[in-house]
Amino acid sequence: MIHTDLCIIGAGPVGLFAVFEAGLLKMRCHLIDALPQIGGQLSEIYPQKPIYDIPGYPEVKAQDLVDNLMEQAKPFKPTFTLGERVDHLDKQADGSFIVTTSDKTHVHAQVIIIAGGLGCFEPRKPALENLENFEGKGITYMVKDPETFRDKKVVIAGGGDSALDWAIYLSKVSERVTLVHRNETFRGAPDSAAKVFDLANQGKIDLILSANLKGVNGNGKLNSVTLEGKTKEEIKLEADYLIPLFGLSPKLGPIADWGLSIDKNAIEVDTRDYSTGVERIYAIGDINTYPGKLKLILCGFHEAAIMMHSAFKYVYPDQKLSFKYTTVNGVNAF
Amino acid sequence: MINFTVEDQEGNRQEHEAPEDMGLSLMEILKAYEYPILATCGGMALCATCHVEILEGKDGLGDATDVELDQLENLPEFYPTSRLACQIRIGENLEGAVIKLRGEDQ
Repeated sequence: MIHTDLCIIGAGPVGLFAVFEAGLLKMRCHLIDALPQIGGQLSEIYPQKPIYDIPGYPEVKAQDLVDNLMEQAKPFKPTFTLGERVDHLDKQADGSFIVTTSDKTHVHAQVIIIAGGLGCFEPRKPALENLENFEGKGITYMVKDPETFRDKKVVIAGGGDSALDWAIYLSKVSERVTLVHRNETFRGAPDSAAKVFDLANQGKIDLILSANLKGVNGNGKLNSVTLEGKTKEEIKLEADYLIPLFGLSPKLGPIADWGLSIDKNAIEVDTRDYSTGVERIYAIGDINTYPGKLKLILCGFHEAAIMMHSAFKYVYPDQKLSFKYTTVNGVNAF
Repeated sequence: MINFTVEDQEGNRQEHEAPEDMGLSLMEILKAYEYPILATCGGMALCATCHVEILEGKDGLGDATDVELDQLENLPEFYPTSRLACQIRIGENLEGAVIKLRGEDQ
């Protein structure tokens, strides 16, 4: 069990800045994010894009902003659980919460701050009948431990960088790797694409182009995958594993089940302190909504500062909050 | 104003109009009409959550650009008439088009 003052769900720019604002009030934070890295959509979707509306930066690259926010939060020693989705929030008798993730990590916190942006990034799934029946029983949407696939027959579907990279990697580990792609060419990194064609020429992987997934079959566990080929012919491939790699898309996910008031995929908050309808749960950044809401990073920063002053009373119920400017004694005095 | 038709994920069709002189994209108009599209990246052709299919009127809109295809071809579903709504400017060439929403509904 991890013990912390504040558990921040979402390690995007607003979650990271919340660590800083919490630190100024001597509150410590643990952050959880479904993505394997910090930075939220800035790092996942547009790391190299310039942003022009961060005060004080005429122009800043998204990833640089994330790196700077991390640097700014560092004096307050945030801790992280990455690559895990928060599934449950359980209120304790004393008002605090125990958070449980998809990998059964438990975090005990006095206050929950949802800075989840658009929700969790989850894998896009192909529309196939019975797909859910085989999830975890042969169908997986990410490669966590390549050893799982040792000496197995693996079918990878997709044409992007991750499909190419894993086809190359698993060709050395698995009994057989088949890469299925709907086109004749790949739009991923040219080097990786050339390597995949090389491996196919050497007979080290099977490449099936101009083909689409049509079905998944098995009895309790996946044993074959059906494709539709170039001339609409049906191709049946023996498979222990199918790894569809069609990118990630944000979903609200379990947040919808936590008893919060939700309007159009956003959490309704009180603009006095960005609290939700549930005591000790706050929502800041793109995930919240209120009259006049603007989905801007700078608005999320503002919300983080305001909400921390409200959360203070739950972490230090016997203390009076004293407001200090960072210019007085520097950050390390906090 | 130009007129076009939108078919939602359930197959219901509705006619809409949009101003062609405000530099808006089709994604922005669909959001304004409160269709359930995410448009996560806000119009940078980086997330493919505003995926639409042009059922009628494709010729006037031209082909998908390379940056669009980079996104579209990675989706589980991709059609010959797939486009990203954020990359389609509202203009006369959209008059009479029929747009089917394909972006993931939440």
